[in-house]
Amino acid sequence: MADPMKIRATVSGDVCDIKVLMSHPMETGQRKDSDGKIVPAHFIQTFTIAVNGKTVVDGGCGPSVSRNPVFGFKAKGPKAGDKVTVTWTDNLGDKRSDEATVA
Amino acid sequence: MKQAIARFAAALALAALLPQLADAKTPPAKTPPAKAAAAPEEKDAATAEFEKFRAILEEDNPAELFEAKGEDLWKQKRGPNNVSLERCDLGLGAGVVKGAYVQTPRYFADADQVMDIERRIAWCMEKLQGFKRADLVKKPFSTDDYTPDLVSLVTYVASESRGLPVAIPQRHPKEVAAYKIGREIFQYRAGPYDFSCATCHGEDGKRIRMQQLPNLLEKRDAMRAYAGWPGYRMTGGLMHTLQWRMNDCFRQQRFPEPGYLSDAVTDLLTYLGANANGNIYKGPGIKR
Amino acid sequence: MNTSKPLLLALLFLSCAIARAEGDYRAQALAVIKHDFHDRGQATIDRLDNDAVQYVCNRYSNDPPSDLSDMLEAEQLDTVKFPADGKLLGDWKKGEKIAQSGAGFTWTDRPGLPVGGNCYNCHKISPKEISFGTMGPSLYRYGKRRGTSLSVQKDTYAQIYNAKGYKLCSPMPRFGHIGALTEEQIKDLVGLLLDPESPVNQ
Repeated sequence: MADPMKIRATVSGDVCDIKVLMSHPMETGQRKDSDGKIVPAHFIQTFTIAVNGKTVVDGGCGPSVSRNPVFGFKAKGPKAGDKVTVTWTDNLGDKRSDEATVA
Repeated sequence: MKQAIARFAAALALAALLPQLADAKTPPAKTPPAKAAAAPEEKDAATAEFEKFRAILEEDNPAELFEAKGEDLWKQKRGPNNVSLERCDLGLGAGVVKGAYVQTPRYFADADQVMDIERRIAWCMEKLQGFKRADLVKKPFSTDDYTPDLVSLVTYVASESRGLPVAIPQRHPKEVAAYKIGREIFQYRAGPYDFSCATCHGEDGKRIRMQQLPNLLEKRDAMRAYAGWPGYRMTGGLMHTLQWRMNDCFRQQRFPEPGYLSDAVTDLLTYLGANANGNIYKGPGIKR
Repeated sequence: MNTSKPLLLALLFLSCAIARAEGDYRAQALAVIKHDFHDRGQATIDRLDNDAVQYVCNRYSNDPPSDLSDMLEAEQLDTVKFPADGKLLGDWKKGEKIAQSGAGFTWTDRPGLPVGGNCYNCHKISPKEISFGTMGPSLYRYGKRRGTSLSVQKDTYAQIYNAKGYKLCSPMPRFGHIGALTEEQIKDLVGLLLDPESPVNQ
């Protein structure tokens, strides 16, 4: 299974700043290994961010995004103590969900 | 070949006759006389842009992923002996992680050796957890599909020194010797290209291509080198430690390969590290 | 030449004896290096041994006494083998490619030729290449400043072939002397630096 994400959500004023750092190889399917063989594509395709169970971001992602990607979002509404859940699914069907509390 | 030997002999003969050698004192290691400073306009736009780029990256450094993973590995019961590393003494007492990174390399009485952090953690994995040394050193560096546990562990331990001043001890005679030997290794020219570490890292404000070279003979720059490590490298997205950095420098120096966790690397890290003493360590870094 | 080996041994013994008397950290460092480094790929441990130039530059921290450096510089300059046909000005376009390449001699490089000149690592050369190092002097307008006389050509060729013939402890590798660059490659680099058509001289 994939390694956990790092999620940081902080409120300032009425805007919540959500930052997500995902641990993923993000293989493009175009790279060759040292033996000259193509490394199979393996990348995150979709991800969602939910606050207290309600989806606020429904995102897509492709092979052009770097390994271990970082995403940042601003959302209005979330308050300190709310629960942020991030879930991603990759092209091989792997999934990972992690949670953080808004600070 | 004979001719080459004869030439070498002649050079030695002359060297031996010169008063500098005869009075049995080695001149202290020193840099060549300072040349005219690099043209200021080179220091410039390109460098400023890179620094901006790095500052943005530092806000969200994927090194954090490895800190988290390393912390897990530190606390988990692992290895044939099924114990955690929480009894590992990194120099400040068993289980003390905070501040340990900025105070290594240091002398460890139980091993009767100076050890840098990676060498010490490996020692604990071997002695406490029962891992085999051969397995730990088999594939020591991060690759596209593999991050060694030691790399994550070092990253975690390093993160626990964030904000603390570098204070690498120079008290034990072996610590002092490591520093002095490290300084000589740093200066030693050899190989097909006649390079030493100092060839590229002994002058201010120089670059290889667009890459700024820290002058590691200078305190200010020595910190620049120590500061960014362990570092997350954007190129390839890999986490690397100072053990890797030394290894890859020697590769580019066209030297043979230094042993992983060897005295040679520890000595060099003692020299570079102690030169950075007194500066604040900002935690694991991010590289282009 | 028959006396050279015993002489060498005697001198090595002498220098070891001096080293021990000093508690010399250099000698200790060398012992640590020899113990801790190993062969990898083409980078074998015999690379750790010094030739006369390296020995002297290490011994004197790159600042040898002038009588010693004068003698050795002359020797190094003597190693330069000029092309038999006397033609020194090669193809600047090929020269540019050689100047760009940093390949060769590391343990990850495939052994053998061609090896790159590594020139842009340390020098500004063609103004079209903005990613250049500053370890060495700028070579932009090298030919424009010097012209293309035979003596300038020979001098340029010799500097690339063996920079230690000019400054004993120069940081620049001895590309021809160690067999990194071929005669043909050095000629092309001379072309890059001197040819009036080369972007270097525009």
